[in-house]
Amino acid sequence: MRKVTFPHMGESYRAFKMLLNDLGNEVILPPRPSLKTLNLGVQFTPEFACFPLKVLMGTYLETIEKGANTLVTTGGVGPCRAGLYSELHKKILHDLGHPIEMIVFEPPRLYPFNFIRNVHKLNPGRLSIKAIINCIKKGWRKLQALDNAEKLTHIIRPRELKKGTTTQKYKQVLEWIDNANTTSDIIEAEAAALEELHKIPQDHGRLDVKVGIVGEIYVLLEPTANLEIEETLGNLGVEVERSMFLTGWARDNTWKETVEGMTVKDAAHPYLPELIGGHGRDSIGNTVLYAKRKFDGIIQLAPFTCIPEIVARTILPAVSKDYNIPVLTFFLDEQTGKAGMNTRLEAFVDLMKRKKLKKQHQADILLPSGAII
Amino acid sequence: MQAYLGIDVGSVSTNLVIQDQAGKIIAGLYLRTKGRPVETIQAGLQQIAQLLPEQLQICGVGTTGSGRYLAGVMVGADVVKNEITAHAVAASYFIPKVQTILEIGGQDSKIIILRDGIVTDFAMNTVCAAGTGSFLDQQASRLGIPITEFGNLALKSCNPVRIAGRCTVFAESDMIHKQQMGHPIPDIINGLCEALVRNYLNNIGKGKEILAPVVFQGGVAANTGIKMAFERALSMEITVPPHHDVMGAIGAAMLAKEELVDMHKTTRFKGFSISGLTYHTGSFDCNGCPNNCEIAQIYEEDNVIGRWGARCPRWDIIQEG
Repeated sequence: MRKVTFPHMGESYRAFKMLLNDLGNEVILPPRPSLKTLNLGVQFTPEFACFPLKVLMGTYLETIEKGANTLVTTGGVGPCRAGLYSELHKKILHDLGHPIEMIVFEPPRLYPFNFIRNVHKLNPGRLSIKAIINCIKKGWRKLQALDNAEKLTHIIRPRELKKGTTTQKYKQVLEWIDNANTTSDIIEAEAAALEELHKIPQDHGRLDVKVGIVGEIYVLLEPTANLEIEETLGNLGVEVERSMFLTGWARDNTWKETVEGMTVKDAAHPYLPELIGGHGRDSIGNTVLYAKRKFDGIIQLAPFTCIPEIVARTILPAVSKDYNIPVLTFFLDEQTGKAGMNTRLEAFVDLMKRKKLKKQHQADILLPSGAII
Repeated sequence: MQAYLGIDVGSVSTNLVIQDQAGKIIAGLYLRTKGRPVETIQAGLQQIAQLLPEQLQICGVGTTGSGRYLAGVMVGADVVKNEITAHAVAASYFIPKVQTILEIGGQDSKIIILRDGIVTDFAMNTVCAAGTGSFLDQQASRLGIPITEFGNLALKSCNPVRIAGRCTVFAESDMIHKQQMGHPIPDIINGLCEALVRNYLNNIGKGKEILAPVVFQGGVAANTGIKMAFERALSMEITVPPHHDVMGAIGAAMLAKEELVDMHKTTRFKGFSISGLTYHTGSFDCNGCPNNCEIAQIYEEDNVIGRWGARCPRWDIIQEG
């Protein structure tokens, strides 16, 4: 009997758990990455590899300890080493004496047979094709519900009257969505969750600062990998919009919600006409789109030594200059000290707020009253 | 007389400044933190209290630097601000048209870009010794030269030797190699100054538009060798402002003033007497979840006044007021 597990990426595990259960699998839930995950991951991976490889390795070892024997993950195309990580994980785990099976999903559009074969492996209940499609649709709906709830917290947290309310309420409503197991229940739980979040007492008069977050997918989607940067920014009174959600990423090119209806690829084209692997081009394209939508700043998140993001990082100053938008980059690694990040975030928020206030009042507010000009 | 207190608790130095209403610096202190921020803050408060005229009333306190939260709860700060904002505020007070601030401290260095009086960009390195004061300190003591004379010695160089600057390990082995080949000390020191500046500009200054007026501050700004190396590398005149070593503290004092005057609040300052209280710190591992956060806490007499290190609000202390 397969005992299935998968990487931990934010709250998405709730949808994957339901989908895999529906298909008749026993699921071992990946724990939220912790110090233990990190220690295990760092111990058994090459030092020069990037952070996602290490966190995933830690997660796999933790779930294997709990009895998992099948790891479901994604592959990837294009020149980014993360596409090969599933192979590397498998080799290392086998070397360590864990005879796990690795089921790797490649992009279905390019590798349809891989997709069909993998789904077949994960379908011990031998559901009909129609039933499988329904399960996937339902899982997708749950993923959307989770993403929508998270998106709303990004808007409400900076405006909450009592610090911490949003995070607390969010934890509560996630359970509602988690417990919904039919499509109609999911839709109902989502509506109730959004309503509950809207009820949080807010101050709408606050200075409205908006930041777009771009970068590599794993460090964007897993809050423990980015030291909960979105929550920190929210507590500093900043509304964040993340360029990547699992649902959005999976749809990929159907990017319709931007003002000018241009795709990320088109937006990045003047700066980087090539796919350089990972999410380097997306980071540039999304920065352009956020700038056009008059955001106040951009934060780029990248795993330490990530080549695509390093390339993007060296191009971003040009975008920053052309669109007059500040960009701050964080390279993330196993370092858990948050003080350095907080200092930079606070300074970045000060920068954006003062710039905005100045634009609003056309007054020289940097100089304290009484200063000699 | 009314005045404001600014405290900058950095990794290497702890600075205190008292500034009056008009912006004049009444007293300034530059102390070595020596890894003991609590004791240093207490000693600093005691020392600076003795420098003050009678009847001086502190009507606001600001803290900054990596130890700003610690200092904040100890003294009862009105404003706790990051050092980037603090440095920018102080520099634009002394040189109102400043467009670039180079700041090199003990363990970190920053570049701050301002346009029309507001910060538009900044960068900061963390504890990479190649490009900070502690490496200079270390080399000075290896060569047996007081750090205060280090910069002047560099000026005596007539033929600077090239020292690798990307990493202190490379730099030090290069320095030793050059010294064993017989190069004179001033040339080696000047080479080191140039290496440090090159590393700073390539690393922190990368992609930044450095426009005049350029202000150079932080502890390392006292080093004329570095200042000259910057001037050569940038072909620009560089200003080292008065009180360059305590600019962060001045910024903190100014921000405290801004906050209190604009908001019509009264200060939370506990008074200089806290230097007589006993403080001790402790830490423990929280077992509430698999994160196992290391929680550090500080006691004032027997009361916990601050806690840090948690990734959730479980151990937060509700501040009154």
